[in-house]
Amino acid sequence: MPTAVILLSAVAIGCVPAARLLASARWPRRSPAAAIALWQALGLSWGVATVGALAGIGATGLSRTVAGGTGADGPVLAGGRLAGVAAAAADQATRLMLGSGGGPVRSWSVLTGLRAACLVAGAALLAVLCWILIAAITAVLRARHRQRALLRLLAHGDPKVPGALVVDHPAAAAYCVPGLRSAIVISAGTLDLLDQAELAAVLAHERAHLRARHDLVLLPFTALLRAFRWSETARDANREVALLVEMLADDRARRLRPARELAMALLRVGAAGGGRAPVGALAAAGATVDCELAARVTRLLRPQPGLSVIAMALLGAVAAFLVIAPAAALLLPF
Amino acid sequence: MNRLGELERAIMEVLWQSPDPMTVRQVGVCLTDRDLAHTTVMTVLDRLAKKGFVRRQRAGRAWRYRPAESREAYVAELMLTALDQTGDRQAALTRFARSVSGSEAHALRVALEALGGGDTSSRASGPGSGAGA
Repeated sequence: MPTAVILLSAVAIGCVPAARLLASARWPRRSPAAAIALWQALGLSWGVATVGALAGIGATGLSRTVAGGTGADGPVLAGGRLAGVAAAAADQATRLMLGSGGGPVRSWSVLTGLRAACLVAGAALLAVLCWILIAAITAVLRARHRQRALLRLLAHGDPKVPGALVVDHPAAAAYCVPGLRSAIVISAGTLDLLDQAELAAVLAHERAHLRARHDLVLLPFTALLRAFRWSETARDANREVALLVEMLADDRARRLRPARELAMALLRVGAAGGGRAPVGALAAAGATVDCELAARVTRLLRPQPGLSVIAMALLGAVAAFLVIAPAAALLLPF
Repeated sequence: MNRLGELERAIMEVLWQSPDPMTVRQVGVCLTDRDLAHTTVMTVLDRLAKKGFVRRQRAGRAWRYRPAESREAYVAELMLTALDQTGDRQAALTRFARSVSGSEAHALRVALEALGGGDTSSRASGPGSGAGA
């Protein structure tokens, strides 16, 4: 088996435990931007490496049966090779269907069948990855279109939250509808719940989301989760990136408003929907609550220093390797 | 908000307040202060019908219009998407914070009081309470 295919397989398999590791690490909370970049590199690397490895295994298998194993160590997806593989596959299929003039097709062994299955799986995965991205983009655009249409009929402005739209509902909600015609939406419940300074902090947080287009960061991870709903890794990645994006917006808002106001707003909105805590839970509460809100509030009130230059350089190197290695294995002759 | 958008909204308000389906003329009468042409009202109602916000039915020679859903139903739809209780993150919207419940919410209140937001109980039992669940 060629080196390229081995490298691709190693990266494809290694990405899953790496994602587990990253999801449970503590350092991302100190540098959310760096962690998000690493998640993106990991996701891209996994996709390219898995598709490449499957295609590579299948392609070398098929070309070997025809070419007698010669020249199987070249680049996996070089143009000429791919055409040759396709021709070989077609030839195989024809011979199989015609019965090859009476004689048994000896080269069509179980191993070749497995390799053909790998090729098909690679193509299917590529198609699925492309399809889910398109489907996710369509779903997102449709949901936003609906939001804007409804907001146009229902929402109104309020001097307490300049530039935002207010919806008359008692629940505490604050969110933004990203896009070219973006909007920040605040519910009447939130207006009642928060004071002026806290509302300003919420607006700063939401504006940070809109300005940095954090929705585009989330989109591929949401798409991945839609396709691999059963996968714990996909769920971890999605949850972790969503949290990191919130932390980025928190950091941005903190530059404009006191951190304490934002923390208060987070706590109030978070606690608003809970109703009364059951009596039995009271004793257990107060100590360690490992929810996302608590993590964000802790970060705001007790900010930790960012990662060191060396750590950042190391992360950059890892991310660069993740992106470049599978691409190089696919395109460059070794 | 552009003029057409504002008109759509005003016309929906009229329809939501009326117990019965209304003709174009009746809608126009309710908006006399705007001095709208009959065709303008008809165009806007047509747009609203195309978007699915308004249903129309024949009554004699005229069309009668009524809202497809109540105002409350649309607000509920907005909030349901916003609060996203399914736990399934969608990239369509980014939320400020998700309301939590039970012991977690209690812990948040404890933290609030420690921060000096001592008026939490009165605020939390205000209009916002419980509605996020």
